Amino acid sequence: MNPQPIHEIAVLPGRSRSGEPERFEEITIRPGDTISIVGPTGSGKSAFINDIEVFARNDTATGRTVLVNGAYPPEEFIRDPAHKPVALITQNTRCLADLTVAEFLAMHVRSRKIDDEGIVGRTIDLANEFTGEAIRPDARMTALSGGQTRSLLVADAVMVAAAPVLLLDEVENAGIFKERVIEVLRAGGKAVIFVTHDPLVSLLSARRIVMRDGAVERVIEPDGRENGALREALRLDGILRQMREEIRAGNLITEPVGA
Amino acid sequence: MRLAVVAGPPSAGKTAVVRQAIRALQDRHRIAYLKIDVVRAFEDEELAAEFGIPARKVYSGDLCPDHAGVMVMRDAIAWAEGEEADLLLVESAGLCLRCSPYTTQGLGVAVLSAISGTNTPLKMAAMLALADIAVVTRIDLVSQAEKEVFRERIREVNPALDIVETNALQGTGMRYLLRAIEECPTITDPDAIVLRGAPPLGVCTICIGKTEIGWQHHFGVIRRLEGADYLYRGD
Repeated sequence: MNPQPIHEIAVLPGRSRSGEPERFEEITIRPGDTISIVGPTGSGKSAFINDIEVFARNDTATGRTVLVNGAYPPEEFIRDPAHKPVALITQNTRCLADLTVAEFLAMHVRSRKIDDEGIVGRTIDLANEFTGEAIRPDARMTALSGGQTRSLLVADAVMVAAAPVLLLDEVENAGIFKERVIEVLRAGGKAVIFVTHDPLVSLLSARRIVMRDGAVERVIEPDGRENGALREALRLDGILRQMREEIRAGNLITEPVGA
Repeated sequence: MRLAVVAGPPSAGKTAVVRQAIRALQDRHRIAYLKIDVVRAFEDEELAAEFGIPARKVYSGDLCPDHAGVMVMRDAIAWAEGEEADLLLVESAGLCLRCSPYTTQGLGVAVLSAISGTNTPLKMAAMLALADIAVVTRIDLVSQAEKEVFRERIREVNPALDIVETNALQGTGMRYLLRAIEECPTITDPDAIVLRGAPPLGVCTICIGKTEIGWQHHFGVIRRLEGADYLYRGD
């Protein structure tokens, strides 16, 4: 399907909300990259990934330009969702059709003309690696929880849409296993960009883009310097996860939990 | 002057699309706007207040709104020319999906919402079949699979249709609609403008005020429940 493999997406600077030019030269995204976009609410995080999603050409509010392999991407990349190399999943993204999980995935597989009988099962298996609440093939899409929906849409983007770049807008609140998602995407050579308020997601990402007043303020590459903080965040996340499971199971937590 | 007719079901996001188009084009064009609606409409006042453009509305009342649109279109072109506009945007009421209010010498824009279900393009076939461009709104809310299926359904109705997917509140993807508007040829002879397709047969005994239910009380084109195949097919 993809006539031209993507080895690089470049974001060129635009302007802040007050009209100041952004102070970076170029932000380059390559396969396997993990990037988190952080900053206060309203600082322009979602606008940044929207620019990537639409392959901005100095024609969005931010004035940024996005190039693929050093050039303006072909129009079908931008316009035809079946050719688009970027999959955006937000908290609002959902399946509206009242179909079962298996029917929903089969519909997508059919529209992609993929000839692979096992792909629906494998996609559900992958989704189940991202969530603690088991997704069954005969469950109805409209009855899935937020975490299950997000897990399934990420698995669908990886397996069926096979998008090389995933943009995930604040998906952490939905209760998915973030580390596992990052691990799978990185191993699969996907680039993934998170808009996030979550410390663990930020620390797990190799690069961090800090937004302010609609502009990129800094690009941080911790390069191992935050390993201590990451270990601490993982430990705390483990404790919270265990507590969550205990509470869900109806237990009283009277003993110290976890690591 | 250029003419673009924007049609689509109620709440599909027609005005959001129009607003984005005006916002992006107002520096390069003088735009006039006409809203056709049935009993109430506020869009003309909102757009006039927001952009300071000439804007007006017409209520169809008990008349079919697309019928009303056809009636006033020639006057509207004269009005917009009098306002020295070089682009007239006409927004339909968006009721009957069977009607297709697009004309010759203008751009036909169908707006439909991605959350209206994957079979919607098939249901509004007439409105899509004669359009030049379909704008699919609320694209940010639906899954990748449904985006793709929605697009296929539109292509089923009209394989040649240009499709723009947008979150019209943000204005994403609108550049292709703007390009289509700006590349649309200008009106050469307003008196030669005609509808692109014949609307459904519109004169019946219900139209003239008979309210009884049941075909027995009506004459002209009637239909029974049993064997109610197409009794009449226009072109």
